[in-house]
Amino acid sequence: MNLFEQGFAWLFDVAHWMGPTSIPVRIGEHFEYTGISLFFAALIAVPLGFFIGHTGKGRGAAIAISNVSRALPTLGLLAALILLLGIGLLPAVIVLVILGIPPLLAGVYAGIESVDRQTVDAARAMGMTELQILFKVEIPLGAALIFGGIRAATLQIIATAVVAAYFSLGGLGRLLVDGLAQNDYPQLVAGAILVIAIALIVDGILALIQKLVVPRVSAGTRSTKRTARGGAIPPVAQSRTLIKEGQ
Amino acid sequence: MFKHKKALAIAGAATVAALALAGCSSSGSLSGGSGSDTKTSIVVGSADFSENTILAQVYGQALAANGFDVSYKPNIGARPVYFPALEKGTVDLIPEYTGSILSFLDKSAVATAPAEVDAALKKALPETVVSYTPAEAADSDSLNVTAEFAKQHSLKSIEDLKNAGPITLAANPEFETRPDGLPALKSLYGLDNITFKAIKDGGGPGTLKALLDNEVQVADIYSTTPSIEENNLVTLTDPKNQFASQQVVPLVFKKKASTKLGDVLDKVSAKLTTKDLLALNAEVSGDKKTQPDVAAKDWLKSAGLVK
Repeated sequence: MNLFEQGFAWLFDVAHWMGPTSIPVRIGEHFEYTGISLFFAALIAVPLGFFIGHTGKGRGAAIAISNVSRALPTLGLLAALILLLGIGLLPAVIVLVILGIPPLLAGVYAGIESVDRQTVDAARAMGMTELQILFKVEIPLGAALIFGGIRAATLQIIATAVVAAYFSLGGLGRLLVDGLAQNDYPQLVAGAILVIAIALIVDGILALIQKLVVPRVSAGTRSTKRTARGGAIPPVAQSRTLIKEGQ
Repeated sequence: MFKHKKALAIAGAATVAALALAGCSSSGSLSGGSGSDTKTSIVVGSADFSENTILAQVYGQALAANGFDVSYKPNIGARPVYFPALEKGTVDLIPEYTGSILSFLDKSAVATAPAEVDAALKKALPETVVSYTPAEAADSDSLNVTAEFAKQHSLKSIEDLKNAGPITLAANPEFETRPDGLPALKSLYGLDNITFKAIKDGGGPGTLKALLDNEVQVADIYSTTPSIEENNLVTLTDPKNQFASQQVVPLVFKKKASTKLGDVLDKVSAKLTTKDLLALNAEVSGDKKTQPDVAAKDWLKSAGLVK
């Protein structure tokens, strides 16, 4: 039996699906860490992305900070935070939030920015308030990119939440860390398979939601620029082209 | 990233080629003048923690001073990674700990006393690897509590933990299943009041912090770790020999083993005590941050092993 078969055998062993350290419990913990981290990452990144995308202010700073935080080694940061805050959920959530912010922020402000400025100006000319412009024009039109950011952040957090196990927490990382430490390679492989499977399933679900929820017109926003630059097409006609192209 | 790796691979291949060429030139007829014999090349490897790197330097420099051509491959990783490398002769020497390497080779090993462990190890080693005389220096698991907690429950030995109420113990993840870990605490000492927390830093700063914060009450910290003394921790005695003896022992790829090599290694091991090891660790991981090679050299000099 090769290692992969052993991994699957471990995975389908009934004994590993019952009790306080069973696979369902680990999956639950993994989703808990992922969910909490994603929530707080979104709480910070989404409004910030709306602001930057809508006003164009602070873009340089946001890019710089995102890039720097991308370069932070997650495990090293976690170890440092453990020394400051002690072991527990908080340090793990902080590193995962820091991990989730850059892709979220990039997706959100890129989505808002991708909306044609003339469309925005048209909305403004029609008397919409800035908040109305944001919620009724920019967010729906930029939704594909915004959703892309959410998906990227979710995937990264799911894949990286395994580090929590290094410092006494649970989650699927337990299988990886314990498997490696205890020379229990089938357990290690089973953990890896589970993390991959969950990442793919969650991304698939998000893709499905995106298909159902996100308006298709957003794909056409880029090309309207060409038409707009071409000549005097009034805003109303322009938005009609937009809808047509989307279909 | 990929490019980088490629460059590294090329550099690595070039180094190997250069070493091979250098080996040829020093042993071939081209090397006139010096008249020295062929130097045996020894690649000294180490596990990925600082004490092991220091030990690799200690043995390596002693060999270099005695006419061996020594190169180093420090921080290779954990046992499952570096031991196969030793078996195949990719590295020729690794400093090990008798108990740990024994239980790695023989999962059913039960020996805990120093001489028993050494004898069992000699039997368990694969054909291509030999071990030399272990040093007095040992770095074993030790269970530690804060001075305050020890006083509160009048703790001296592991046995006393019975009366300390529900407690949480922090150790590396393997402690949970290792025969001399959690299972032994239950079977040998009859402790059933312990919750286990896996902290994977080998009794390092994270484990220490958890202990000092009273997140855990007992921590498995290696006995040669300076933080035990620095924080006035109380090491619980182990009257029933739960933890296997962990004497430092050099393991060598058999094709490179020789009487001369053995003599050098045995001389080093004969001088190396647990106190020395603790001092070396404090030197390297403490505030001074001395480089492992420098600390090793200083110790070898003070022990009169090199000039």
